[in-house]
Amino acid sequence: MTPLASGPIIPNFGHANSCITGDHIFCWSWVRDHWNDTLGPALVQHVELTAVAVGIGFGLAFTLALLAHRFARLEQPFGVFSALLYTIPSIALFQLLVPFTGISWTTVEIALVAYTLVILFPNFVAGLRSAPAEVIEAARGMGLTRRQILLRVELPLAVPAIIGGLRIAVVSTISIGTIAAFLLPKGLGYPIFVALGNPTPFKTEIYSAGGLAVGFALACDAGLVGLRRAFAPWTRRARP
Amino acid sequence: MIVAGAFTGAFRFIVDNPGVLATKAWEQLELTGAALGIALAVSLPLGIVLGHLHRGSGLAIGASIVGRALPSLVLIGVFLTVLGVGFTNNMVALAVLGTGPILTNSYTAVDCVERDVVEAARGMGMTRRQILTRVELPLALPLLFTGFRVAAVTIVATAPVAAVAGGGGLGDIIVNQASYRLSGVVGASLCVMVLSAGVFLVLFGLQAAVTPRGVRRTKVAGDPE
Repeated sequence: MTPLASGPIIPNFGHANSCITGDHIFCWSWVRDHWNDTLGPALVQHVELTAVAVGIGFGLAFTLALLAHRFARLEQPFGVFSALLYTIPSIALFQLLVPFTGISWTTVEIALVAYTLVILFPNFVAGLRSAPAEVIEAARGMGLTRRQILLRVELPLAVPAIIGGLRIAVVSTISIGTIAAFLLPKGLGYPIFVALGNPTPFKTEIYSAGGLAVGFALACDAGLVGLRRAFAPWTRRARP
Repeated sequence: MIVAGAFTGAFRFIVDNPGVLATKAWEQLELTGAALGIALAVSLPLGIVLGHLHRGSGLAIGASIVGRALPSLVLIGVFLTVLGVGFTNNMVALAVLGTGPILTNSYTAVDCVERDVVEAARGMGMTRRQILTRVELPLALPLLFTGFRVAAVTIVATAPVAAVAGGGGLGDIIVNQASYRLSGVVGASLCVMVLSAGVFLVLFGLQAAVTPRGVRRTKVAGDPE
């Protein structure tokens, strides 16, 4: 047993200024004070959550898309399966996985990976198909093997579709990741969740965490657009 | 064992509480309907007009990019601080969520009607109004409906999140594990899943039914994403 009253019995909650106690629209002081213990860690967790989900989802979707590209018969069943999977609300999917993997990081990642797959796979397949038949024909005429056609013709032409899929997947994962806070006290959803739990929801916390989530999503989207410009310069004027 | 136990518990919960679940499911559908109605009323006419004029693609396409970047929890939280706890706040937040897909799809649907067809209609002496109602809209219908379907499924699937802001619905059970235990939470999650899949399938069937026969040969375009 630790001795009682060895320190202050009432924990030090810090002191709030009138902006915070009055719940004004936005208190920069709160953001400054709680960047290190609330917002910063939440942002880092959210980045990790997204990076792991999109990374695994990318690998799986890419492999499956190559298979479906080679064996066209596989595409249809996967398409139907993924359309149905996407209708499962994230909040329900997280809970439905709990009996299998518990209330854990794994549960959240499985759900997020599943959603990214649903988005990435059709985009990747469409991208691989987008090479015009004449181009493939020409490549074959030049004596390229199937493997060379894939690596030198089809894949480069698929880059815009691949990045287009990634844009949607990353942004959706960031958005769905906030719902993960229903399960785990992690990510940018958690501060919002906590703030909503107050008798009067604390505005600054909702706005700052929400703003970070939206900002993170838009930054990733802009980054991917930049990546597309770099790797597929011919699309610069074609699509928005 | 644990897995089986959780799911039998969930099924028992569903069998034991059909009344509660039905009430909550109905609440969720009401919220969905109201939000979808608002989203439609705002974005459908706007999208169609912009598509007809071939103007404002930035707005119409941007709406879904920005809309997707706005997490539902953030929307619900922000509208809660503005409108207070309750139905209105959730309805508005979900309506905003549905606006993106409807606006983008209705714009794209009308904008992408082949120019030659419109030209031919004009050559036959149709007025602008006739071109819109007799040529562009019927041809745009499949894609218009896709936008509506995506919005409806998104809203019905997100409605449980509204429970954190007093939205009612099946989410009430999901966020309240203390009262309903894991079996209740998993049971309600199953119901949410069935409800969303049901809405998806009904709308999918409806889409095939409302598509005019002449247009039906055109492959029903998938989600623009």
